[in-house]
Amino acid sequence: MDLTFTDQEDAFRADARAWLEENVPRPPLPSGDTREGFALHKEWERALFDARWAVVSWPRAYGGRDATLMEWLIFEEEYYRAGAPQRVTQNGIFLLAPTLFELGTEEQRDRILPKMASAEETWCQGWSEPNAGSDLAGIKSRAVPDEANGGWRLSGQKTWTTRGAFCDRLFGLFRSDPDAERHHGLTYFLVDLRAEGVTVRPVERLDGDEGFAEVFLEDVFVPDRDVLGAVHEGWRVAMATTGSERGLTLRSPGRFMAAAARLADLYRRRADDGALDSDPTVRDAVVRAWIDADAYRWQTFWTVTRLMDGGQTGPEASLVKIFWSELDVRLHETALRLLGPRAELVDGDDPAAWIKGWQFALSGPIYAGTNEIQRNVVAERVLGLPRR
Amino acid sequence: MRDAVRAFLEKECPPKVVRDAWTNDTGRSGLWPRLGELGVLGVLAPEAHGGFGGDELDLVLLLEETGRAALPEPVVEHAAVAVPLLDEARAEAAAAGAVTITVAPPSGLVLYADTADLVLLGDRFVEPGTLQRRRHESVDGSRRLFAIPAPPPSVQLASVDRVVLGIAAQLIGLADRMLTMTVDYAKERHQFGVPIGSFQAVKHHLADVALALEFSRPLVYRAAWSIARGDDDRSVHVAMAKARASETALHAGRVALQVHGAIGYTTEYDLHLWMKRAWALAASWGDAAWHDARVGRAILDTDRLPEEQ
Repeated sequence: MDLTFTDQEDAFRADARAWLEENVPRPPLPSGDTREGFALHKEWERALFDARWAVVSWPRAYGGRDATLMEWLIFEEEYYRAGAPQRVTQNGIFLLAPTLFELGTEEQRDRILPKMASAEETWCQGWSEPNAGSDLAGIKSRAVPDEANGGWRLSGQKTWTTRGAFCDRLFGLFRSDPDAERHHGLTYFLVDLRAEGVTVRPVERLDGDEGFAEVFLEDVFVPDRDVLGAVHEGWRVAMATTGSERGLTLRSPGRFMAAAARLADLYRRRADDGALDSDPTVRDAVVRAWIDADAYRWQTFWTVTRLMDGGQTGPEASLVKIFWSELDVRLHETALRLLGPRAELVDGDDPAAWIKGWQFALSGPIYAGTNEIQRNVVAERVLGLPRR
Repeated sequence: MRDAVRAFLEKECPPKVVRDAWTNDTGRSGLWPRLGELGVLGVLAPEAHGGFGGDELDLVLLLEETGRAALPEPVVEHAAVAVPLLDEARAEAAAAGAVTITVAPPSGLVLYADTADLVLLGDRFVEPGTLQRRRHESVDGSRRLFAIPAPPPSVQLASVDRVVLGIAAQLIGLADRMLTMTVDYAKERHQFGVPIGSFQAVKHHLADVALALEFSRPLVYRAAWSIARGDDDRSVHVAMAKARASETALHAGRVALQVHGAIGYTTEYDLHLWMKRAWALAASWGDAAWHDARVGRAILDTDRLPEEQ
């Protein structure tokens, strides 16, 4: 295991740092999970894209830099270190794009990827349904062939669609073979949310943002060119993105290292104020959060080193998802302890950021497959315990 | 090399050898000279002095294997601490396993001070016969401990880092083995007509151990790498590694015992040999809380940024 950064990697880091220092919006943008904040975030995404920082690991032809996995990690560290905005393009870039690269057609890649990277078209995911959450294979929304028009007709309901109220397009699974059950007979579709028959209803989240949406589809036409992968093979196609979501690409260590640094800073300020004398154990919680963020960083480097040597990620991604999501909750809980009675304030600077972040962190153990499901995956597919 | 050591220990240090060390005259395995031949004892000694010429990353990979096997030997003290301090002639003998050297920790409880040829006491090697020693029994019956009356003068920092690192690596190996043992048992053991490993409550216990291992092992490798390249913060990195490795091994033992149920609570079954070693090592050379406190002083009592830690 060689963990020394190369000269090229150091130079890459310096470039990223310099550009971010110059360009990160100050004061920070409002939440991207509100209508006005989303518009401002799209402008930021465009600026990132124009400077070729939006999708560093993608090929140059689609706006990237052909960066290695290690360089991508370095960029992410710098991004969060600079306190740069959340990525409202995230679901497209980190979840759909890897699937397009792996299983999409060249026509699809050329048509979709550049607009995705520049935020001209924003993407949301359509996995969950009212009766298919952790049990995703219980999907009922259906797709019926419309051969006359060269496409499909989609009907049904998707839910918990993050930023669905603001996004342009949705990717998701629909049941294309009515006689097939569970994981079979599903097809992966790319749906225009402006198409006739689509109704989007925003749903207010725990933190008060309109970050969720329900999407109702009634006989919505989708052309054949917007089927991703083979017809009826949607489950296999979709698993390519859930692997990314749980594993490496959704939550880079830079995010947690930056949060741990802010936490340590908050601790020092509160300790200097003499505010912590009544809670001697909070210091331990700060230290543990710091070590865990560091452990996450080194586990990631280790994984990336293996991947760059030709290794594969598999069900181990579930370990990663459990770890970052529970770390995120602990980090924020500790910050709220440090803030004491001011933790409830949503209109201050420090407290507001932490309680907002905490409410967001609480979603981590739930989305992308609950941590209970992930623990089953670890037990069955990493440790080899029997399913039943 | 790691694979060779693993294969050697699987064959030569099965549970029976660990168990026998509880009752034989030495508390040891009888494998010392062969560990020398294999290159384990001289992993840090230069090749010119009969060593393997490795660095701390090589060291932790091998010591993890000695933990996996619960090898009853002062291999951390000897290979990680003593060998690098010796002059050429003595390093050669130590690398070959012709002598055994142990180290007096700040606790004053010296491991194997009866069969060792030398004890590192602060910055000098002394013959154990010159020390006033009082024998103590450990909960781990293979650990022959001797209390020396005066607490030893402080050990060199570099040596402390290496011994703490080495024990952290052994704790990872112990935890990994206890997880494997328990997964195997949960597949075999049937209750209510099904393997107990098919129950979610059991699965989640075991998944949590896998989680702890996945995120403490890299801290051990990182600490090894920091020492090897002389990083300014290597002592902090070592503290992080020992803190999480200690906790992981204790957690693995606790879960292993619970999942095994009553059979694990007997001394006829092998689990206790590993679990008790984990108890002893987790508390030696600073437990998790002690090392967490060290990390806290480094990261919270200065104004340094994380990447400069």
